Amino acid sequence: MKLLRTSIPGLGSRQTSTDFPVLLPFRGQAAGQTEDLRFSRWMVTTSPAVMMLIALLALLYPTLAMAQSKFSLADAFQVLWRWLPFIVGSGFVMNLLISFFTMAIGTAAGVLLGLGQISLYAPLRKTCWFVTQLFRNSPWLVLLFIVMLTFPFEIEFGETIISIPDWMKAVFGLSLPIMANIAEIVRGAVQSVPTGQWEASESLAFSRQQTLWQIILPQCFKRMIPPWMNWYAILTMATPLVSLLGVEEIVTLSRQAMEAEDNHPELLIPFYGFALVIFFAYCYPIARWTLKLEERFSVKL
Amino acid sequence: MSEKELKSEQPIVSLKDVHKSFGDLEVLKGISFDVMKGEVICIIGPSGSGKSTLIRCINALNDINSGSIKVHGREVHDPNLDKLELRKKVGMVFQQYNLFPHKTALENVMMAPMLVLKQNKEDVLKMAQELIHKVRLEGKEDSYPGELSGGQQQRVAIARSLAMNPDVMLFDEVTSALDPETVKEVLVTIKELAQEGMTCILVTHEMGFAKELADHIYFTDNGVIVEHGPPSTFFTEASDPRTREFLSQIL
Repeated sequence: MKLLRTSIPGLGSRQTSTDFPVLLPFRGQAAGQTEDLRFSRWMVTTSPAVMMLIALLALLYPTLAMAQSKFSLADAFQVLWRWLPFIVGSGFVMNLLISFFTMAIGTAAGVLLGLGQISLYAPLRKTCWFVTQLFRNSPWLVLLFIVMLTFPFEIEFGETIISIPDWMKAVFGLSLPIMANIAEIVRGAVQSVPTGQWEASESLAFSRQQTLWQIILPQCFKRMIPPWMNWYAILTMATPLVSLLGVEEIVTLSRQAMEAEDNHPELLIPFYGFALVIFFAYCYPIARWTLKLEERFSVKL
Repeated sequence: MSEKELKSEQPIVSLKDVHKSFGDLEVLKGISFDVMKGEVICIIGPSGSGKSTLIRCINALNDINSGSIKVHGREVHDPNLDKLELRKKVGMVFQQYNLFPHKTALENVMMAPMLVLKQNKEDVLKMAQELIHKVRLEGKEDSYPGELSGGQQQRVAIARSLAMNPDVMLFDEVTSALDPETVKEVLVTIKELAQEGMTCILVTHEMGFAKELADHIYFTDNGVIVEHGPPSTFFTEASDPRTREFLSQIL
């Protein structure tokens, strides 16, 4: 009580005799910050000459490594050819599998979430809005980490134990942002239907449910397809993210293959280049098709 | 029951001192009128005078701030009223037609009786075909709204409303969005309807039509009814300067 009367809190006056530790001034040492900053401090205090030498050595390393090996780029492509069935068959197929499942779950959940956002029941509407905004605006990798690390790897149903594979957890993780973005597509599509349609069905004594399912949503369907496909392409291109969590997809397997081939630096370009090409070959036609559909639907409406 | 005997003399739609505001803007400032069964009422007036709002209050598309609107003696703005029951009895046709673009003309007519009134499909199909015939659109049953002209769409919209077998029809500037040459076909349809004894409330700019068909004309300006009367006297003996000015501009 005394404390409050003496001054405005936070403005200068130091009450060191307080019982509340939070009111004591912050001391870096006590909080243990110095330890964490050791690397930065070292960098700042070391002489520039030493730092430049280290940087030079680091830059030289790949060139030296390349010069030492007798491994040519042609050999690298041969290695790639040998590993191709493995990388595509077990790797890229897994990426596609993840994208399919994610899209299915994300779409189902997203439609519900999107419809929740146009509910007349305010608490539901606000909750759905919040969930959508939360997952639309968080980094995918963070969501993935949270799901991968917090979800159990097996679930007990009484006697039986169902184990959840890594890639299934990755699917859940990726489904969250997809769900939120699909929800926005649904909400946007519903709101893009002219209000006259709602009024006309209201004046014909349709209930809200009937209006939504019989009149509004059928008109939304076409408009939702292009953005939905767009999100599918984005998702597919994002699936290699799950390699950071050890799921065996194209990037993980490429890395494993390169390791099995002694990690020659020459392997990097063929292997990652191939991953690039195969994703492009898969996603580019989808993008073209999306644009085509968008054009067609926009003309028809 | 005595109520039944009274009904023929009771107004089918009755407005008493209706007030309606959108925020600070008061659009209806005490509107009262009665509509008897079989009457044709035309509401005219400059744009922004609250005509459309007024007509939309009758089937509870807009709510009102005070006053009373009764349809069949039942208060429309009673919070306990089943709005869907009311709307089954009050048909409405809009300026922009508002047909369902993903359904054919015939399906547009059939939807409400099947889904709302739960009538069986064969009966509805038969009735819908008759209605399409009535609005002179034979052969257009399977056309989508996008393939029809404005006038044709508006006639489908009229048929769609009639399919609910309403007691009152509301027409909200139904010819305003049409090409001049298609206005007539829609007006002919409404005229036939009126002559069959349908109770009609129209918001319109078609003075010739109002003159020919209306039993009573109401002129609204600035949220109030300035002047009203049967067409025989309304057009010739208008006393209010605002009415005279409006008529001189229109006629």
